[in-house]
Order: sequence, then C-alpha cells, then structure tokens
Amino acid sequence: MTAPLLSVRDLSVEFRTRSGIVPALKHVSFDLAPGEMLGIVGESGSGKSVTAFTLLGLLDRAGRVSSGQAMFGGQDLLRLGQGALNELRGAAMSIVFQNPRTALNPIRPVGVQIADVIARHDAGSTATLRARVLDALRQMRIAEPERRASAYPYELSGGMCQRIGIAMALACAPRLLIADEPTTGLDVTTQAAVMDVFRDAVRRGGVGTIFITHDLALASEYCDRILVMQSGEVVEDAPVAEIFTRPRHPYTRRLLRSTPSSVDVIDDLSPDEEPLPPAPPRGDRLAAPVLEVRGLSKSYAFARPRGLSNFWKPRDTAMLRAVDGVDLVIRPGEAVGLVGESGCGKSTLSRMINRLIAADAGEVLLQGTPIQRISPGRFASLPQRRLIQMVFQDPTESLNPRFSVFEAIADPVGQLLPHEGRAALRARVERAATRVGLPLALLPRYPHQLSGGQKARVGIARAMVVEPRLLVLDEPTSALDVSVQAVVLRLLTRLRREEGVAQLFVSHDLNVVRLLCDRIIVMYKGKIVESGTAEQVFNRPAHDYTRSLLAAIPRLRGQRALGAT
Amino acid sequence: MIATLRHAGWVLRGNPVTAVATLGAVLLLMLAAFAPWLMPYDPIESDVASALQPPSAAHWAGTDQLGRDILSRLMAATRLDLAIAASAVGVSFVLGAVIGSFCGYRGGRLDRVVGRVVDVLMAFPLFVLAMALVAALGNRVENIIIATAVINLPFYIRFARAEVNVRRDAGWVEAARAGGEGHLSVVLRFLLPNILPAMAVQISLNLGWAILNAAGLSFLGLGVTAPTPEWGIMVAEGARFISAGQWWLVAFPGLALMLAVLCFNLLGDGLRDILDPRMRT
Repeated sequence: MTAPLLSVRDLSVEFRTRSGIVPALKHVSFDLAPGEMLGIVGESGSGKSVTAFTLLGLLDRAGRVSSGQAMFGGQDLLRLGQGALNELRGAAMSIVFQNPRTALNPIRPVGVQIADVIARHDAGSTATLRARVLDALRQMRIAEPERRASAYPYELSGGMCQRIGIAMALACAPRLLIADEPTTGLDVTTQAAVMDVFRDAVRRGGVGTIFITHDLALASEYCDRILVMQSGEVVEDAPVAEIFTRPRHPYTRRLLRSTPSSVDVIDDLSPDEEPLPPAPPRGDRLAAPVLEVRGLSKSYAFARPRGLSNFWKPRDTAMLRAVDGVDLVIRPGEAVGLVGESGCGKSTLSRMINRLIAADAGEVLLQGTPIQRISPGRFASLPQRRLIQMVFQDPTESLNPRFSVFEAIADPVGQLLPHEGRAALRARVERAATRVGLPLALLPRYPHQLSGGQKARVGIARAMVVEPRLLVLDEPTSALDVSVQAVVLRLLTRLRREEGVAQLFVSHDLNVVRLLCDRIIVMYKGKIVESGTAEQVFNRPAHDYTRSLLAAIPRLRGQRALGAT
Repeated sequence: MIATLRHAGWVLRGNPVTAVATLGAVLLLMLAAFAPWLMPYDPIESDVASALQPPSAAHWAGTDQLGRDILSRLMAATRLDLAIAASAVGVSFVLGAVIGSFCGYRGGRLDRVVGRVVDVLMAFPLFVLAMALVAALGNRVENIIIATAVINLPFYIRFARAEVNVRRDAGWVEAARAGGEGHLSVVLRFLLPNILPAMAVQISLNLGWAILNAAGLSFLGLGVTAPTPEWGIMVAEGARFISAGQWWLVAFPGLALMLAVLCFNLLGDGLRDILDPRMRT
C-alpha cells in the first residue's frame, strides 16, 4: 500500500461553551490514500464538520485542539501557523462548502472568483488565467463557459452554483479536497448530476477526497471507504461493500435500518421502536373525499425593473404559471405523496389547498364545501380551518421563538376552538403531546431548548391538536437526521393508522414517499404529469420526468434499482 | 420572572460595561422617582443672600445666580428630563412599531406611501424640524414631547418595517395562519414580540438622544421655561458665568446630561441580550 496522503492520529477537539468545556472530537484516527474518496457519515453533532474544519485550520475561536496530529505532505497540519496554512489552503488542499449560495461572494462574477483563487497561489498573465478559468468550468461540464464566467451567483441555479464551488476548489489542482455536504438542499436530479461531475473531476485529478454527508445511500454510491462517526468518535471504518453487508457497530446497523431506501415497508424502518398498529383495510374507494381540487391555478408576475420612461405605466405583466390546472382527490385515511423538484409548484399548491394564499382559478372542495371563494384572511376564522392543518418544512423555523411548547400547541386551539375552558385546553394539549411522544416535562420549554426531533414533534402536535381530517405535510423531515426522520415517519404512519387522518405528503424524496403513501402524484413545471399507486409509479413510470427522478435516487450498494423490472 | 432575572444576572456578569450602565440607569430612575424627598433645598425658591457660592458642605454642587441649590435643581431636572425623554420615545416607539410592522407585513401600496412620507420626514434637518414644531405649537412640555416623538418616528417605522419584513415569510408565521390566526393578531401577537429585542437597542440609544434633544431645545429657549429646573436651561443660564470663573453652574448640569446619555447608550446591547429568549439556555 502506498503512503497515505493524509494521516490523522488521535485527534481531539473541545469547545468552550457556557456550560463548560464540551468535547467535540474524541481520539479520531484515520488515513486517506491518494485518489481515494472517503465518506464521513454521521448525524448532526457527530463531529464530521468539526473534523473538516480542524484539518483546514478553520476552527471556530471557541474550539481548541487538545491532542493529536494530522500529517499531510510531511507537515503536521495542526501545528502550522495561519500563514503556512494560507499557502496550503486553496492550493494543496481545499474545501467545497455546504451551501453554494452563501459560499460564493454575491457581488463578484463567478469567473472572477475562480480567477482570484488561481491568482492567489499561481499568478500568471490575464490570458492564461482566463484560459484556466474556462478550463475549470469546462471540467464541471458547464455549457457556454464564456458566458457563465461573467454571471453573478444570483443568476445561476443552486446546482450550477455548487459546480462553480467545486470548480473553485479544484482550480489549483489540490491533492486533498474536503466536501462538506455539498449537495444538501439540491434536488435529487441535480444532486445526481453534481455528484457525477464531482466524482469524475476528482478521479481525473487523482485527488484524495473526504466527502462529508448524512446520507448513507449517497455515500455508498460514490465513496470507496466509509467512516461512521457518532458523538465525536469514529465507530466504524470500513470499505463500502463491507459496511453494508457486515456492519459491525450497533450504531452503524441502527443508521442503516433508519435509512428509508434500506427497507420495503414502513414497519421495517427502525424496527427496534414500538411496533406500529396494523394498517386498516383499504378504505372504500367511493367514500366521500376529504378534499377535492379541480383545475386549480396560480400565476406569479415576474418583477421587471421599471425605468423612467415607463414609470407611470402599469407594470409589465409577464406571468409565471406556478400551478397550472391541477386536479386532485384525497379520500379519508388516505396518504397521498406529492413529488417534484424545487420550483415545480408543489409548495404553492399545498398552500392554496390550505388557504394560506388565494388561487387565481379553480375549485377547492373541503368535505364537499367549496372554499375557494373565501379569502385567506377570512378562512382563518372559519370552523373549516380546523379540518385542514399543515406541518411545515423546517421544524426550527416553523416555531415562534417566543412561544413555549405549550403556547405553541395551544395557540390553534385558542383560535379554532375558543369555547373550551382552561382545563379542557390543558388536557387537549397534553393529549396531543402524548400522542406524538413528547414528554409533558417539555411543555414549558422554548423551541431553542429542544432537539430537532422534539421540535418536529411539536410541529405535528400543533397540527393534530385541533383534530383535523387532512394533514398537509410540507417536506416535514427534510431538515432532520435519518434516525429522527425514521421516528417521525413512523409517528406519521401511526397517526394515520390509528386516527384515520388523511395526509398529503409533499416531498422531493421518493424513498420516503414510497414508504409512507398509498398514492403518488408527480408534479413537473406546475402540472401533474403522473399519478397512480406507489407500486405503479415506481415500477411502471409513464412520464420521462418520473423516470429521470427514479434514476437519480441514491441507492444503498447491493440494493436492486428501484423501478427496474 | 425569576428565570428572567437570573438570565439578566448572567448577561450582566459577562458584560461589566452593561452592568455599570444598568446600575447608572437604575440610579437615575430612582433619583427621578424620589427627587422630591431627596432634595436638600427647594429647587425654585431663590435666596439672593447666598448667590453664586462654590461647592461646599452645605451646597454640594454650589448655588446659582439666584442662590438656588444646584444639586436640588439637578435632581428635580432629572425627573423632568427623563419624563420628557421616556414619553417621547414611548410614543414614537408604539406608533412607529405598529405602523412599521403593518407596512412590513402588508407591503404594497400602503408600504410605498408610508415609506415615501418617512423619507420626506428624514430629509429635514431633524433638530430644526423639532424647533419649528415647538415654535409653532408653543413652549410647553407636551409640545416638546410631541416634537421629539415626531422626529424619532421615522426611525422606528423603518426599523420595525425592516425587521418584520425578514420575518414575514417565516415558517412560524405561516403556521400561525394555519392555526387560525388573523392578520391583525399575527402582527400584534407574533411579529411584534419577536422584533422587541432588536428594538430595545434602538429604544435605549434613542432615550439618550431624546434627553439631549429636550435639553437642546430648552437651551435654545424653545422648551421648558425658567424657573423650572431643567438641564438645558441650567446650562444656558450658567453659561453667562463661565467667564467669571463660576464653572459649577454649567459643569454639573452638563455632567449630569453627559452621564445620562452615556448610560442609555451603553445599555442598548446588554438589553437586547437580556430580552432575547434565544440567548437563554
């Protein structure tokens, strides 16, 4: 075996916080061979990002390396000064950040930003710089590199921005590259495209890569070896094939079983949990629908800048058809998945169904009563508001930071069931909390004192407390760790099986939708392009877009391809 | 409540400057509240026999040209100045926060109209505007309050508008609407409490500024009138005696003014940390 490119031994890092010194990394050791792609997998707080930042010398001021060494090219990275590190960073080692939009300078053209990195380490004439920038863009398979080079980050899509970020990281041909969750927040199809480009560029350059992710399936598709981390410790370090066939550490096994793509039915997901109640017999297909949507449409006006000459004229009305004539029926107790990439109109649709925004055309019937004529402002005060509730995407962002858990759950009750007395209210809130598995001791706490999973439960309890008949879930698990996601998915299934509340599950994650839903609707550019049972959509997709969506799902190694017949 | 106090204690321990400022502000407030009982002499009654005495054991801050005890006058003035500043800032905060929040939440035409009015108001030299208002309305305490409130209002409107604007599309606002809250209650019960910590800084800085403003108006003769004790008038009246070496007539009211403004300015940041529930653990 060749000498490792990077050799980390006994690395420990601790953070100074208000509650004393907290260890973030405990005796972490691993090697990275030249040209190898090493995946570091773990949940939030496991120390995977801290590892990356420590190696690059970008550790936060509160953090301190308490022991260990990291040998890279004969030097110990942990003992280098900032000056020496600056020479290495960008040239010999570089990083791809998590959020491509915030990692790029918004007021400089992307080509110039790449040129800055090259010029910093390897100055040359303007012409050679330009050629190298274009070359870097071409490597990322960016069409029309000349035009793209002069674009500003806001003019590019998220996937394109991340390609720029990768091009920037690879511009000086580094030997070591760290990618910190580079595809979080991108659509599955975009994620697959970016990852393919990334892998090819890394392979071609023989760059040793550390790929940090929380997605086991993604890591298994692209990495050679995987390091599993849990609360600051490496619990498993093995080649990919081995980790999925013979996981040794119980945490790895638990992580694997929490990954939606590893199982076929929801009951098998994290089976250590309390067993789910059996699925009720499929309801009568002719039962009166909870929700019926006919020809629902919504357009947004493109904002055009107004010059002096047309200042007084009415605004230019170029319209974007966000939702374009959508029909939808949801029957009691049914779970329907609404799938599509970002910008396809699925969020707009779910908000129109919820009457948070008004529709331009079409009908919405809630238990047979048309509600589309009621303005969103007035709908808030009607009794029907109770029947349809929503769980929001980011549990942190969807809780008012100034409301305690009790106030958050009680708030809809105060509005929608104003006649209940204090005691009844308290009992109702406690019942809702218990139902979603939230300890009652947490009721007086504030959102920032809760974990992600607890916050997700509060969001679900808040929606369930008024006993709705339809729950609209807008990517409720996309901000959660896999093990927490598994728990929340099981909770949602339990609520549906026990209480028969219908669910409209909006998501871009087909793996999750497959486990949860009876029926799947695929939305593309504002229109429904495919609809059918989960089995139909997965095994016999009719539309091209559905097929590309299915092909892009990351799979655990050894798993049969979804949709393959 | 106890948790709030404990949290305040924690913030103050970690930030001695804020602690000193808080102490100063509390002292000022106590002084204002208990001035009538603490004053050693009557602040208005003149005693020509003991005019223009330098600081001594009997008169700690000396006496003025009419023999009035300067320390007593300073104490009485604290009460008046703080009352003017607090009510002016209170009025502009309440009006500004409500108007600004609704503009930020609704957007559209209302927002544009209010925004331009605010722009016009801010284009005036503010102190001159305040002088004009007092001159037009008359030399009375309530008119000083109105003038100070009017010139502060645009800042609160802008601030509240901007703060609400970034939170308008937050998940918890949508969640509140899904939970049956109307627009009015979303603004008043959800958005306003959330922008309070940020506004506290503004309020605190503004208090100092409002004190200066009230004193400035009185100094120019457009505010409180003699013989009412007020820091601005005391400085204005004492200025005549500086050349004669009778420094204490100006120095003490000037010092009081400076310390009060400094206190409120330093208080700002600490106040935000105390009021923001996310800073607690």
